[in-house]
This record gives sequence, C-alpha cells and structure tokens, in this order.
Amino acid sequence: MPQPPTHSSSLDMAQPEPIDLSSGKYVKLWQGPQHPGITGNMSLELTLCGDEIVECKTHVGYLHRGFEKFMERRTYIQNFTVVCRIAVPEPTFNEYLYSAAIEELAGIEVPERANWLRALNLEMMRLASFLMWTGGMSGAFGLYTVPNWTLTYRDYILDLFEELTGARIYHMYIVPGGVRNVLPDGWKARALEILKGTEKMMREVDRVMMNNAVFKARSKGLGLIPPDMVDPYGIVGPNARAAGFKRDLRKDEPYLVYDQLDFEVVTATASDAYERAWVRQQEIFQCINLIRQMLERMPDSGPFQAQMPNVLHWKIPPGETYLKAECTRGEYGYYVVTDGSEYVRRVHVRGPSYTHAIAVMERLAVGTNIADIAGLMVSLHTYPPEIER
Amino acid sequence: MSLKDLISPFFVWQRAFEKPYTVGLKPIVERPGAPAYRGFHINMSDDCVGCGSCFTICQNHAIDMVKVDGLEAHGGDSGLRPRFDYGRCCWCGLCVDICTAGSLRMTNEYAWFTTNPDDFRFVAGMENKSWDGRTGGYHRHPDYHLFPPKRIEMEMLAPEESVASFTEVAKGYTEEQAKLEADRCVECGICVATCPAHMDVPDYIHSIRDGDYEKGLQLMYRTNPFPATCGRICTRRCESVCPVGIQGEPVAIRWLKRFIVDQVAEADYARILPNVEADTGKRIAIVGAGPGGLSAAYYLRLKGHAVEVFESQAQAGGMLRYGVPSYRLPDPALDKDIEHIRSLGVEIHFNHSIGRDTAFSDLLDNYDAVFVSTGLNVPSQMRIQGEDHPRVMDGLKLLDDVANGKDPQIGTSVAVIGGGNVAMDAARVSRRLGAEVTVLYRRRIEDMPADTEEIHEAQAEGCIFVTQAIPVEALNAAQSDQVTLKWGEAEMLQDPKGGRPRPVLQEERMHLDTFDTVVSAIGQGSNLDYIPTEISDQLQIKWGKFIPGDYQQMVLNKLFVGGDVANATADAISAIEDGHHAARGIHRFLDTGQRG
Repeated sequence: MPQPPTHSSSLDMAQPEPIDLSSGKYVKLWQGPQHPGITGNMSLELTLCGDEIVECKTHVGYLHRGFEKFMERRTYIQNFTVVCRIAVPEPTFNEYLYSAAIEELAGIEVPERANWLRALNLEMMRLASFLMWTGGMSGAFGLYTVPNWTLTYRDYILDLFEELTGARIYHMYIVPGGVRNVLPDGWKARALEILKGTEKMMREVDRVMMNNAVFKARSKGLGLIPPDMVDPYGIVGPNARAAGFKRDLRKDEPYLVYDQLDFEVVTATASDAYERAWVRQQEIFQCINLIRQMLERMPDSGPFQAQMPNVLHWKIPPGETYLKAECTRGEYGYYVVTDGSEYVRRVHVRGPSYTHAIAVMERLAVGTNIADIAGLMVSLHTYPPEIER
Repeated sequence: MSLKDLISPFFVWQRAFEKPYTVGLKPIVERPGAPAYRGFHINMSDDCVGCGSCFTICQNHAIDMVKVDGLEAHGGDSGLRPRFDYGRCCWCGLCVDICTAGSLRMTNEYAWFTTNPDDFRFVAGMENKSWDGRTGGYHRHPDYHLFPPKRIEMEMLAPEESVASFTEVAKGYTEEQAKLEADRCVECGICVATCPAHMDVPDYIHSIRDGDYEKGLQLMYRTNPFPATCGRICTRRCESVCPVGIQGEPVAIRWLKRFIVDQVAEADYARILPNVEADTGKRIAIVGAGPGGLSAAYYLRLKGHAVEVFESQAQAGGMLRYGVPSYRLPDPALDKDIEHIRSLGVEIHFNHSIGRDTAFSDLLDNYDAVFVSTGLNVPSQMRIQGEDHPRVMDGLKLLDDVANGKDPQIGTSVAVIGGGNVAMDAARVSRRLGAEVTVLYRRRIEDMPADTEEIHEAQAEGCIFVTQAIPVEALNAAQSDQVTLKWGEAEMLQDPKGGRPRPVLQEERMHLDTFDTVVSAIGQGSNLDYIPTEISDQLQIKWGKFIPGDYQQMVLNKLFVGGDVANATADAISAIEDGHHAARGIHRFLDTGQRG
C-alpha cells in the first residue's frame, strides 16, 4: 500500500485523499524520459483519475554526467570547455559565470570591451533560447507552424555565434580573462539584419500563437502559480515575473554592462501558462532591443582579454564565491571554492530548473488534465541538464 | 474569446509562398563552416617544434605526441608531432590557443566520412587530407594569450651609471619578478635537450614557482656546479630554442638560475647539496682550474676520489675569472661556486704550471687518471704589419690586467678589433677605464659572434661600432704612446656555396686613424707545449685542439680532456658538461677498467 503523497510546502495545502491504486480508480502513467512533451531527459510519474492528474512525482537521474565532480580533476582552463555542457540550450551563462567566478577568486580585472562582448553573447543566447522555447511552447499546444519559424531564426542566431565563436552550440567563447575573439568584419550588419527579421517574425508569432483562440483557451488558467508560492518554492525568472514579482538580476544586481543599458523589467499578474508565455514574448523584444543598444554602444577597439598567467600551471589562492546571472529561466548561479592548488576545490551549479522542474512541477501538475501536462511543463521552461550537473 | 483570436492565426498563410530557408537539396548545396569555425586541425609541421603544450592542455587526452617518419629531433625540435584522436576531441581549440609555435590551427571543415574508424586518429598536417591548404578555420587571435608572451625585464644599471664602474650591470630579479617569469615556462623540456649540460630547466623553474629554492639548487647541482656563474654569463642556448620565444620572448632561463642561487646562502650549501661518498683511494690530477677542470673535480670528488687540481694562476676560475669582467660576473658569485667545490676537499695547487713545475708525464705516472682542461689562452694574431707595435695589446691581456687589479694604461682612445665576446668585454672595460672606444669588425653587426645583449650594452655604453672594417697595418712604430691604424672598408661577397658572406677588402677605400691603444681580440688558440712530443704524437690533436673519444677519453687510457681546448663551442657551459662527462668516464674507467 503506497503512502499517501505529502507535500513539504509550508503553504496551506489541502491534504489530498489517500490513493488506493488497487481500487481500480487510478492509472499510473510515466511521461518521459523519452517523450516529446518532456523538456529533456527526465520523467513524470503521473497518477491519473480519468484524465485528471491526482499525483505527480518527478524523476531525474537520466542525465547525470557528474560535471561538478569532474571539474575538480581538471585545471581551471580545461574546465572552461566543460561548463558549457551543463545547460545545453544556454551554454553561455555557464561560460560567463564560471569565468567571472574564477576571475574574482584570482583577482583578475576583465577589460571593458570583453564585458560588452560577454553581455552581447548572453543576450544573443537568451534570444536563441527563448526562440527555441517559443517553438516548444506552441508545439506543446499543437501549433506546429510556429516552431518552424522560431527555430529557423534561432538557427540564424547560431550562424552569428558560429561566425563569432567558431561553434554553433558549445561556443566556448567566454574564457577566464575575457573573450577569445572580437566581432568579425561585417558581423554587426548581419546581426542587425537578423534581428530585424526576428522581430518581424515574432510579431507574426504574436498573431498566430498569442492571439490564437485555441492557445488562449488551453493555456489561460493553466499551471497557476499563486504569488505566495513564489518565495517558498524559490521560483525565479519569468515564472516569478508573471506572478507580479519585479525581479531581474540584470536590474537588481547589475553585472557586466547592464547598468548602462536601457530596459524595464517585464511583469504580469495572472501567473498562468499564458502569462508566462506573454512575459517571455516581451522579453524577446526586450532582448532584441538590448542587443541593438549594445551593438551601437560597445567599444570597437581595445583589449578583450586581461593579462593572464600561464594557464598550464595556474594556481588560484584559497577562496570561495557565489556569482549569479539572470538567464532565461531566472537566477543561474555558480558557487566556486578554490584551495590554492591548480584545481578547483568545489563547484556547485545552481540552475533554476532544479526547483521549477522538480518541486514546482509536482505541485502544479495536480488537478491538471493529462493533455495539458506537456504544455504546463514547457511553460515552466526547464532544462534537465542543469538539474543534474 | 474574440473574433480576432479566431481569425488571427490564419496569418500563417502569408508565409506559405516564401522561399525555403534551408539549403538546396537537389543538387545538395554544401555549406562551408564559418571562417572561424573550429573543425579538423591542421598543423604546419615545419613550424611546429613538438613542444607538446597542446598535449598538456588537452582535457580530453585527445592528443598524443608521436614520432613521425622522416622527422628527426634536432636543436629546438623534439621531433614529435601531435596526433589527434577525433573520437576524444571536443573541438574546444585550447590546443590552438596554447600552441607556442603558432603552427597549429583548425580548419572550417567539419564533415568527413570514412569507413575505417582508425582513420579518425591521425597526425594533423603530416597526412594528406581534403582540407589541407584551406585558409579558413579557427586561429588564435594575435591579442589573445594563454601565457604571457613578454618576459619580465631584468632591471639593469643605466648605461651612464654602468660605464662609470665595474658594478654588476644586471641587478637580479626580485622574488615577485622571478615567480612571474617562472610562470611563463610551458615545461616542454626542449631546453634540456639543447643545454650542453642538459640541466633540468623546467624542474628548477618549477621550484621557483613553488618557492622551494633549496630544491632548485639541488636540481641545478645535479648537472652543473657553476650555477651562480652560469646564471650570469651563460651563452644560454636554452633560451634560443625556448618555444615561448617563437611568438613572444623566451623564458629568461639564465636570470631564473641566478635567482635561485642568489636565494640560498653559501653557508647552507653543505646541508642542502650532496656530500662526498666514501673514499675510493684513487687519485686524480686535473690540469686547469677553469669551469671544465673544476666541474670534473666536483663530480669526481663526490664519488669519493681524491682530486688535485693544478692551476698556473694565483686564483681558480680560469677564463671566468680572468676573461669575464666583474660587471658581468662579480668575483663573489664565482667564488660561491668555487668555494663549494673546494669545501668538498678538492685540493688546488695555485701558481703551479704543468711542464714547468711538474712534468706532464709525472702526472700520468703518479695518478690514476688525468683530466686536462687548459683552455684557450693564446691570443690569435691579426697577421698585419706592425702588429708588434708597443701600443697594440691583446684583449685577453687587457682583461687579465684589469681582473688582477693592474692598470693596463690604455690611454684615452682605444680601437678594439674583433666581434666576439672578448672584443665586447675589452671594449666595455676600456670604456670603464675612461677611454673613447671604437670597435672595428670585418663583417656586419648581425655576423658578430658576441652575445646580442653584450653588443647592445656596449653600444648603449657609448662604444662606436665600425663594421666591414679590416685592419691592414699598424703604423707609427717610432712613437711609443700612440699608434696609427690603417684599415680598409670591406664589401660583403656572397658565398656561391651558400656559406656566410665573406668580407673583401676594398683597396681604394683606406682610412688612417690614430689611437692610444689598439686592442686585438680576434680569437684565441691553445698552448699545448707542456705535453712532451712523445706523448702528444700519440694523441689526436687538430688545430691545437684535442679530439676526444667517448667520455672525453683520449687514446691514452688515463688521459681525459675537456673544455675550450677540446670542444668546438668554447663556452663555459660546454666546458662544465665536458668536465661532468669526463668525470662519469673516469669513474667508470676506475671502477670497471672499461674504456668509454
């Protein structure tokens, strides 16, 4: 006899009825780890009553690669090629946070131009990631045209990455000390052209997805996150902003060049899947705007790498730090400890998906319809690789 | 639900007639990687020196350094080349970033099909691949470095200050400077192969990074008992092959060596360095207390042999003492090295000349082995008329006088003939004695055998260089306080065989200049008169130099030779290695009776 589910939330939650599987009233269903409605390799163990979910348990462990431990046996420079793999669709945030943490501990001051190039990369990454998410979100609700458009434009952005960094996905561009390269000739013009196309395409997505009767009907009211759930569950990023929380690390604790850029934090109030999508739509436009501002204002000359020690036997004095940045899903953090040796003592990566995909998902799934579970999960925008570092 | 929400989605149709975004399928349009794409590697094998930094940095162990057919190790090249295993490579390009020679890059080729999986492991640049010759692909940006390309400058006395005294010109690194400089080493070991003494350069540099100078000293004494000396005046062939110098400046190996010695007090040497082994009862005679002789003495004494050194001068050190001025090698530094050797019980007989005070054959009769390292101390003649003019002096005598505290009385205008280190030393010493100095050299500045650093310092100290100038005659024989030098301009004539260009005197362009002294410093030869002909006839000697066999051993089993009198390079570090090598040979010979 399985134990009744208990929620460890401090919130006032009605104690659900004990589930008696032998009653014939319930069906157990595994969604994932191989399932298009799952964002990556994890799975949901669903208990259904009819087509209504009465219990959801999240399972991870399909993607564990042991990166944090692995990094303890690699030199500081070698790790920079590893961290990008921690969140596949958004490697750049890992590159930035790892590099910035190492620089802080080693006392390295990064030149101004590198900060602009880093911020530019982060925003391009955000744009590419949101475009992929938009495709996933509309796909989860049966709108298969939108993914074709958004993924095309994501690919154009990957083309820009390829030109700048030499790779499409694992850019390995932001390196401890600065960046590896500068903008190639004509890159700015091509980037502006692609931004123009992306903006136009996103206006059409607005018509086809956000103003779509079917999408609205299915996503409005789905996966409601009440504001009092945000802090106890550690909900961050657009998921929190859609619940009315005006929180964005780029504004609250500006890093890189964000204090020199002009933008407003996007918030909404309804806090359902539709509003979360809406917040992300607005952030895509915001992102395009930020990239344009940066392209206009970033310095075109000057050093892009700090004077570096010989990385082959680079030792960093003992210390620890936690650095964070606003990724597409909210606060992404790196806790790094050094002990004076050539190897990092400990790295802990804090990905926002950890709470969103495990605890929040378990809570929100209860009471929803089996047909909406994929859409609900996408609406939380989770990346399992960052749960299992 | 509004009517707009029902109609709006039909906007999807407006894109129905757009051209497809994807590349063409019929025929397939191949899309090359971006110009900076990180694809398959290319290594310019001719530029690569096989330092293995790519191998060291690769976090996937995707690179092995392997021997390649048709490629031999030689000075400055390990003869190894990186072999890539694309089953392991993650295409990060750190190997390209760290490449010291700048020979490694990536192409923008990312697609390659072959049915044999082993094909994906190959020595890039040595096997023909379809992407050979492509210019696109990832290169290291010239302003992006994973190790500091510039060396930490050694602080020097300003020329106006240095020219006024015999104070040491190079001030030495501070601890912070030394650690920063030591950090630049990539630990490839190409220097070890090139150093005549095969010193453990990467390891003693490592000891600086660790702040363990005693260990550094131990490492240095394993191959060189003259670290304080070599840390100042070594010809440093190691630096000329240091891969860090290919795209930047070589690691200042010599200054780092000096730094280690300067950190350890002489009083601690006995505790740190190895002690003498048990007495073997064997006696060894060494002729000449220069770097070669004393190096042999040190290593033989460590093995427990009784060592006696015969030195014709009043002090030990040979050319280091009498040929190198104290602003380059101060006596205390040289004494530090020599005193440690003597402290082990090496006995030195000063003012004792073989041939005069003891017969050479007596040495062979009375000792178990003899090591000869008498150096080159006879100045070469210019072979010009009037060379015996009283105001024509040879460079070695000038340096010798100054080292012995005598005033060589050179006057106020001096011409130095020659372009080697002795010429530079003579010129700079003359400047310090207050003379105006003109250096005449028959070839061009770039042909000068002297250390570039010495040439630059001589120029900075105000020596005037006249190149392509050949002395013809010393005139004015009647006058004893001045000499007029007749010299002619030379044209450089290319050698049809590809050798170095030869200076040819231009008879119509002659000059006459008058100096207080002309210093001739065009080279030195040996004096082997102390060896009786019945012995020397048995030995292989060519142009005044011994031709030793293995372990520096001569045809006479007991006789070992080394130093300037037995090698072509004629520098301190080679002499030190000769001494060390002969010591190995002598020990082996005494121990087993085997020849080399």
